[in-house]
Amino acid sequence: MPGSGHEGPGTRDLAIVGAGPAGMAAAVAASRAGLDVVLVDAQARLGGQYFRHAPPGLRAGHPGTPQRGFGRFTRLAEALTGVDVRLGHRVWAVEKAVEKNAERNTAGNAGKAAGNDPGNEADQNPGKDAAAGFIVHCLAGTRDERRVTLRARRLLIATGAHDRPLPFPGWDLPGVLTAGGAQALLKGDLVPAGRTVVVAGTGPFLLPVAAGLAEAGARVAGVFEANGGAGLAPALAVRPGKLAEGAGYLWRLARRRVPYAVRHAVVEAHGGDRLTHVTVARLGRDWTPGARRTIACDALAVGYGFVPQIELATQLGCATEAGGDGEQVVVVDAGMRTSVPGVYAAGEPTGVGGADLAEAEGWIAGRAVAADLGRPVRPAPALSRRRDRLAAFGRAMQDAYPVRDGWKGWLRGDTLVCRCEEVPYARVREALALGATDARSVKLLARPGMGWCQGRVCGYAVARLAGETSPPPRRPVAHPVRLGDLAGLPDRADETQGTANDPAGEEAR
Amino acid sequence: MTRSQEGPHAGRLDGARPVPAFEITVDGRPVPAAPGQTIGAVLHAAGVVSWRTTRVGGRPRGLFCGIGICFDCLVTVNGTPSLRACQTEALPGDRVTTG
Repeated sequence: MPGSGHEGPGTRDLAIVGAGPAGMAAAVAASRAGLDVVLVDAQARLGGQYFRHAPPGLRAGHPGTPQRGFGRFTRLAEALTGVDVRLGHRVWAVEKAVEKNAERNTAGNAGKAAGNDPGNEADQNPGKDAAAGFIVHCLAGTRDERRVTLRARRLLIATGAHDRPLPFPGWDLPGVLTAGGAQALLKGDLVPAGRTVVVAGTGPFLLPVAAGLAEAGARVAGVFEANGGAGLAPALAVRPGKLAEGAGYLWRLARRRVPYAVRHAVVEAHGGDRLTHVTVARLGRDWTPGARRTIACDALAVGYGFVPQIELATQLGCATEAGGDGEQVVVVDAGMRTSVPGVYAAGEPTGVGGADLAEAEGWIAGRAVAADLGRPVRPAPALSRRRDRLAAFGRAMQDAYPVRDGWKGWLRGDTLVCRCEEVPYARVREALALGATDARSVKLLARPGMGWCQGRVCGYAVARLAGETSPPPRRPVAHPVRLGDLAGLPDRADETQGTANDPAGEEAR
Repeated sequence: MTRSQEGPHAGRLDGARPVPAFEITVDGRPVPAAPGQTIGAVLHAAGVVSWRTTRVGGRPRGLFCGIGICFDCLVTVNGTPSLRACQTEALPGDRVTTG
C-alpha cells in the first residue's frame, strides 16, 4: 500500500541521491550491513562524472586503453546487487515526511555525534533518531517524464559538483564548453569536443581533459593554467603520489607536443556563429591580463574549479559553511551526518576533493547510516584517517588553485554574465551602482541567475562581482518541473503505471 | 551508412566502430548516430554545434556544460521542445529541428 505512511512497505531504510563514487560506495556499504537501499541518479548510467563511461553499444569494437578507475567502478557496480538502482531519475525536491505520531520518542543526533570518535561512526544509541523519514520527488525519463515519489527513513546527498565557469567575452559562442562538458562528451559519447581544442582555466582537472582529447585524436592547441602551481607543496606533502600522477599527464601532453603554459588564460573567444579562435593572455599575479596572442581553434574547454551541488541539503535546512574555495559546503560530522537528523552528505557536497575522497566518504556514510539504524557495524578508524588525509589534500589543492580578482578585467560591458537571461556585465554594473551590495540584490535588480539554470552557471561570478563569496543556494525546486507536476494533480495517467510497475513501494502521486 | 562529411570532425567516434549504427535527421539532413549517444553528442560529432537561438539576442547555442545543468542545449526532437540535448539519448529516426 504505497504512500500509506512512514515505515510502511514503501519506505526504504536509505535513499541515496547521486550514483557517483560516493553514492555507489555508500550503497554498497549500507546494503552489506543489511539496509534496504534505493540509489537514484539523473544519468542513464551509473558512475557520476568521474566514472562516466560510454554505453556498451558504443564501446563495442573500441580498441582504446582502459579508462582510468574503470576497475574500481566495475567492482562497485557489481557489489550493488540488492540495491534498488533508479537511473534516469532527476530529483527535483526532497522533504521531511510529515510526522504522524505526535508522541514520537525521538531526537536528533547530529549535534551529539559531532564529538564522536572519528573511527567509530557507529551511533551508540541506535533508533533514537527514528524520524518519520524523507520523501524524494523525482522525474523519471527524458522524453515522457513521469513523476516518481520515493520514501526512506534516511537520506544521503551524494550529488557531486558541476563546473565553475568564469565569464569572458565570447564565452557564449557555440564551441565553448566547460572542461567537464568536454570530458563528459569524450568519456560518455566518445566524441572529442572539436578538431582543434584549447583547454584553459585552473586546477588539476585540466590535465586529464587535455590528455584525453589529445589521445582521442583532437589537436590540443594549448593548455593554459591561470595559476602558477607555486602553492602545490602543501598538497603534495599530504599525497606525494599525486606528483607522479601530475607528471604523468604532463608527459602524455609533451609526447603529443601539446603546449602547456602556466599564468595564462583565455580572455576572449571569437567567431560569428561559432568559435573560430581565442585570445590568450599572460596573467599577472592578480590575473590582470598582459601580452596577448590569438590561437585558432574550433573548441574551447574551460573551467575554474567546481561548485558542490547542495540545493537538496539546503532545501532540508542542512547547515552550510564557506569552503576554502569560497563555495558553500554542507557541514557534516565524522559520520557524514548533516545538521538535520537523518540526513547525510558525502562527496563533493561536503567540499570538492575528488573521487578518492568522495568514495571514502561514501563508505563512511553508508556505514554510519547502518549503525544509526541499529545494524552492527565495526569501527573503521583507518577509513576515517584516510578520509581526513584526502580531505586535507583537497583543501590544499583548492588553496593552490584560487580564482584571482583580475578576471573581472576580462569583462566588457556587453559580455554576458548570465547566459540564460542574457544579462550583460553593464547591467550588473548598473545594479551595483544602484546600491546592490550582495548577489541577491544584483539578481533582483538585473536578473542574473533567474533563468533555466537557476544561477548554477553564473552564481559564482555574480557573487564575486558583488564582492562576496557564493551564498547558499535557494532552490526550492532543484530541477525545472511542469506546473502540473508541482501541483501534484492526482488524476495523472502515470499514477497507476507508477505503482503497478513497482510493488516494492514506489509511489507516483 | 552515409556519414556526413560536413562537420569539422564528421562522424569521428574516438576510434569506436559501433554496431549497429543508425541515423537521425537534423532539419531533414541525415546524421550518423550510435546506440547510447546523446542527441547533443550526435550533433556535435556531425559538426552541428548550435541548434537554437536565444530569446533576446537571437544568438546561437549548443552544448556548454554537457552534464545537464545549464540548459543551453535545449533542443526540439520529434516536435517535443525544450529537451536537453546532452541528456537525451538519440533513437533511430529521431527528427531534430533547429531555429
